[in-house]
Amino acid sequence: MTEALLKVENLRKRFGGVLATDNLSLAVQPGQIHAVIGPNGAGKTTMIAQLAGALDSDSGRILFDGEDITGLAPPARSRRGIARTFQITSIFHEFTALENVALAVQAHDGHSFRFWRAARDEARLVEPARAALETVGLVDRADITVRNLSHGEHRQLEIAMALATKPKLLLLDEPMAGMGAEESQKMVSILNGLKGDHTILLIEHDMDAVFALADQITVLVYGNAIASGAPDEIRANEEVRTAYLGEEGTAN
Amino acid sequence: MIPTRETMVVIITFSLLALVPVIASITDVPFYLDLGRRMMILAIGALSLNLIMGYGGMISFGHAVFVGIGAYVVGICAEHEVVSGFIQWPLALLACGIFAVIFGAISLRTRGVYFIMITLALAQMMYFLGVSLDRYGGDDGLPLAEPSYFSGLIDLSEKTSLYYLVFVLLLLCLWICKRLINSRFGMVIQGARSNEARMQAIGFPVFRYQLTAFVIAGVMAGLAGILLANHTEFVNPDMMHWTRSGDLIIMVLLGGMGSLAGPIVGALVFILLEEALSGVTEYWQLIFGPFLILVVLFARGGLLGFLEKRQSPKKTSEGGDD
Repeated sequence: MTEALLKVENLRKRFGGVLATDNLSLAVQPGQIHAVIGPNGAGKTTMIAQLAGALDSDSGRILFDGEDITGLAPPARSRRGIARTFQITSIFHEFTALENVALAVQAHDGHSFRFWRAARDEARLVEPARAALETVGLVDRADITVRNLSHGEHRQLEIAMALATKPKLLLLDEPMAGMGAEESQKMVSILNGLKGDHTILLIEHDMDAVFALADQITVLVYGNAIASGAPDEIRANEEVRTAYLGEEGTAN
Repeated sequence: MIPTRETMVVIITFSLLALVPVIASITDVPFYLDLGRRMMILAIGALSLNLIMGYGGMISFGHAVFVGIGAYVVGICAEHEVVSGFIQWPLALLACGIFAVIFGAISLRTRGVYFIMITLALAQMMYFLGVSLDRYGGDDGLPLAEPSYFSGLIDLSEKTSLYYLVFVLLLLCLWICKRLINSRFGMVIQGARSNEARMQAIGFPVFRYQLTAFVIAGVMAGLAGILLANHTEFVNPDMMHWTRSGDLIIMVLLGGMGSLAGPIVGALVFILLEEALSGVTEYWQLIFGPFLILVVLFARGGLLGFLEKRQSPKKTSEGGDD
């Protein structure tokens, strides 16, 4: 087995009396889609925030590309190649779709102490931004102010903005949240298109999507990884079935 | 290309301003010259505040402090018989820059209402420092013995020359703001206003950009202070009082926060209304207050935002409905 791109060792995060992340360990192999599933409140979004640097960890280590990044702030992690998307859409509402993505390109094109030339005229920002919009199928909507886009389009834009930073690792926090069946289908095909070229840590509630996309699945319950393996192993795992999959099955 | 209404407003406004000295001399009312100059000087102050408040989302309630520092440096220099503008002006701008670095670095540790309170507190601190400066007039202020001297290049004691200098500098500041907000730097500060968490996540260390914006705005307000000192030939602590900072905020809101020319229109309308209404009644704020409330309620993009919206009802105006 090759060296893991992301290695999480004994990560912990406590909020008052709640252990949101409890001694979590996990390894993501390069080029794979690694899904993390678990019931609501399992600590999935907390984990993403810790990996992206938005939340400090109480203890444990995060190794990325062989380097300890546990203490780094979000911008520094972004520069090392970690991109995240948000469960609740987080974009620049006053900007057009193209400007949203161009700003993400700009973040990785040197410093921004450039005061004179109009950013929208810079081909080296606009062209990669268009390419990222193309990848997620949003290029037709490039010049629309994003507050006027639909929810599904916002979710696509989230992915485009993350891709525009040319990441080595994508942290996707429920990319299909709030989507209808048709939109979900579209998102699955977008993510399928990224497979192989990108390493992805995917959090998702849509089990059809997870089993269609993932190379590896980790099951999180109360901040702790109770199982990890290939989709077939997870499907067959008794503990997982009782803790999660069974529940989900009857709940739906 | 058809000019936008904002461009037309800019052209009309500056054409009128350019004509003020002519009108003043024809009608023989030198007061118009005085009024026009004061409008333009405050417009520079409002423009600079709009950079951080309108575009950067940093609502400073102490912005007039930089106007005061700029003015005081000129006044103190003149008091020590350093009258050359070539020394006074760079020194004043530098002082504003240094204070802006310090005040910005402190206040940008906070957000929202705390940012407002800290900028207010820092400015009030400087106000009381001004009051306690007995050597430089204290509470009473400091008369300027003579205006900044530019070795025969331009004579600022000649009121029309000073007028056109202010005019040109206002145009220059507007042009700088326009370039700035559309540049990469401008996109970063607007992004940080819109969604700071996302800016962090895509890789921007936003603090250094916000601080730079704060310093640029402080220096530009310092320029307004330099001009104000030369205009009134007098410097006093009241220039830094929190109500002066409040006036600047009102000008920005009135004209249109986050629109380029909005603060200029806001400053002009503010001064005009102040003049006109205070001629009617001593309690002119009683009329001005409700007017301001109406503008804020029914023209949320300010006067300019109101115009833009009427021009294209389908397009949501920038910053107009935040």
